[in-house]
Amino acid sequence: MFHWLEKRPFFFAVAVFVVIAFAGLIEILPNFAQASRPVIGTKPYTTLELAGRHVYIKNSCNACHSQLIRPFKSETDRYGHYSLSGEYAYDRPFLWGSKRTGPDLMRVGNYRTTDWHENHMKDPAGVVPGSIMPAYRWMFKNTADIDTAYAEQVTVNKAFAVPYNAEIPMADGSKATVALADTVEGARASALEEAKVITADMKDQDVKDMVEAGQIPEIVALIAYLNSLK
Amino acid sequence: MENRPLEYDYTVAKWFMLTTVVLGIVGMLVGVILAWEMAFPAVNTIAGEGLAEYTNFSRLRPLHTDAVIFGFTLSGIFATWYYIGQRVLKVSMAESKFLMFLGKLHFALYLLVVVAVVGSLLLGITTSKEYAEFEWPIDIAVVVVWVIWGMGLFGLIGIRREKSLYISIWYYIATFLGIAMLYLFNNMAIPTYFASGGVGAWYHSVSMYSGTNDALVQWWYGHNAVAFGFTVPIVAMIYYFLPKESGQAVYSYKLSLLAFWGLMFVYLWAGGHHLLFSTVPDWMQTMGSVFSVVLILPSWGSAINMLLTMKGEWQQVASSPLIKFMILASTFYMFSTLEGPIQAIKSVNALAHFTDWIVGHVHDGVLGWVAFMIMAALFHMAPRVFKREIYSKSLMNTQFWIQTLGVILYFTSMWIAGITQGMMWRAHDEFGNLAYSFIDTVAVLHPYFTIRAVGGTLYLVGMFLFAYNMYKTMTSSRRVEESELQNASPMGA
Repeated sequence: MFHWLEKRPFFFAVAVFVVIAFAGLIEILPNFAQASRPVIGTKPYTTLELAGRHVYIKNSCNACHSQLIRPFKSETDRYGHYSLSGEYAYDRPFLWGSKRTGPDLMRVGNYRTTDWHENHMKDPAGVVPGSIMPAYRWMFKNTADIDTAYAEQVTVNKAFAVPYNAEIPMADGSKATVALADTVEGARASALEEAKVITADMKDQDVKDMVEAGQIPEIVALIAYLNSLK
Repeated sequence: MENRPLEYDYTVAKWFMLTTVVLGIVGMLVGVILAWEMAFPAVNTIAGEGLAEYTNFSRLRPLHTDAVIFGFTLSGIFATWYYIGQRVLKVSMAESKFLMFLGKLHFALYLLVVVAVVGSLLLGITTSKEYAEFEWPIDIAVVVVWVIWGMGLFGLIGIRREKSLYISIWYYIATFLGIAMLYLFNNMAIPTYFASGGVGAWYHSVSMYSGTNDALVQWWYGHNAVAFGFTVPIVAMIYYFLPKESGQAVYSYKLSLLAFWGLMFVYLWAGGHHLLFSTVPDWMQTMGSVFSVVLILPSWGSAINMLLTMKGEWQQVASSPLIKFMILASTFYMFSTLEGPIQAIKSVNALAHFTDWIVGHVHDGVLGWVAFMIMAALFHMAPRVFKREIYSKSLMNTQFWIQTLGVILYFTSMWIAGITQGMMWRAHDEFGNLAYSFIDTVAVLHPYFTIRAVGGTLYLVGMFLFAYNMYKTMTSSRRVEESELQNASPMGA
């Protein structure tokens, strides 16, 4: 049979394809619907948080920080409850990472604050002596891309029915709603309101001035995102 | 048919040889910078505060991996294809104007994609998925490049004189199909600009899969991009170049059959080992773990087949640096494909995952196996392509030992670093509290990061020797006759 195949490239290629495609079909497909169902209390990202997530991706934070807590005592002691599949329901792309040069950030919003992040992103070794993390000072000057974050919200709302403007059940029995603006201007305005809450806890005068002038620096969006990780 | 040897046309092969060398140096130079940044964080701002955004570890890291995978390795794959393909199919590119045009177009578009990738990654335009960082416009260009290569590949097979496909051709076909399938499915995304009616950045897209599903598809891709980029086409090379250079027949045809179909079937199942103890279903994790161990069989099948090809001719390893490169590559292939399955065992993975041991594993595979084999291939091709002998044998030997030392420093330091950090993360004191804060586990790694950076630098020095040797071979080495090009490549002192 193999001698026959070796003289017939077309059938050879078909045979190879069948053999390699087989595993993907069996391993990946059956689980798709179940794995993407959110757990109670999982909310989609606000415009500012999503813009911060884009800053996180733009600077490959995921190259050094994981967002996946494994079910071991040493990990739950250090980072909090182990990860559940549904908690990632609105993560496109997933940001589990593959290397922990720095600590896991899955629930960093539970134990770090806005001012901690502000100081740390400016001078990591000043906050954590011995840290090998580089400083990210340009994030205090570059402006965050709110429009693209809004475009992504509209896209996932349309294409994947991500529940914006809808009641979401929370763990304590209450309901929460994440608003999606009707227009990009509306999204910019609500992101600016959110940004003002963050900058109230920040010291950097340039950042405060930018937000007063209606501009949102990348660092503010990033902190909004990091604070949302719980 | 005329009774004279075919004249093969190596134009496209030569171009890809050039990009192999250049992008190899670029990718590894970036890697060396990254290694020094981890050992000495001040290197992050080496070009000044103003350029810190572009010299920073996190911005350069995807550039390093992609330059080595899609720059160096892929160029090497294409260069060897445009060389081996003609020779084992017994047909010249020059016989078909169309195939020649496709080959040149393939190279031109490939270069364009390389430029686009470098630019976009430096600007931070990325999807974040490892080895699939490119945004949708580049993805489309990649697909076009791939389809053109496929047309050229099957076109050449279509007009072949030798009816039976040699083993190497099996592996090139598998490379084409495997990457095509994986790349398409993993990069499925919706451009947000169009979906939202023209808001935001035009190049931005959002993944079709979310969370756990996205992770599953990504590591099905990520693991198998290693399969079809770092294993399958490199095996294609060694099946051609080792028998050619040594003048020995492949040890066993049956073993090559078993190894090929075994590899095709088993490899794709093993992706789950990247997701052990994550939120993907347990049965999938177990499958990934079990199949990873099974994967030793087809991997060692190829490697042993290559080593046994040298049976009775082991003196060649001592006398020829070119054979040295290939035998070391094959040995590292065995080593790496044993280390991988060990790391895929659940209890070992609990310790090794997220640590530098994984980084060490990737590098003993890529530096020891992939890069050594690609450089051996280029050394073998150079005299046949440029009709000149290899410029310097002693320089080859020097390069071999410098780079071997570099790889050894790299993986041994990363073993120690990974296992040390993994043990410290899980250590508890007598009261059941964590024994170390995270920063303790970072500070302890400094000596190993430094050793790794030295190892990487040595390897890069070897790359420069390689580039110099190739350059001299191309331009000023002694010209050789066809009769000198039977088996062992001619080398100057």
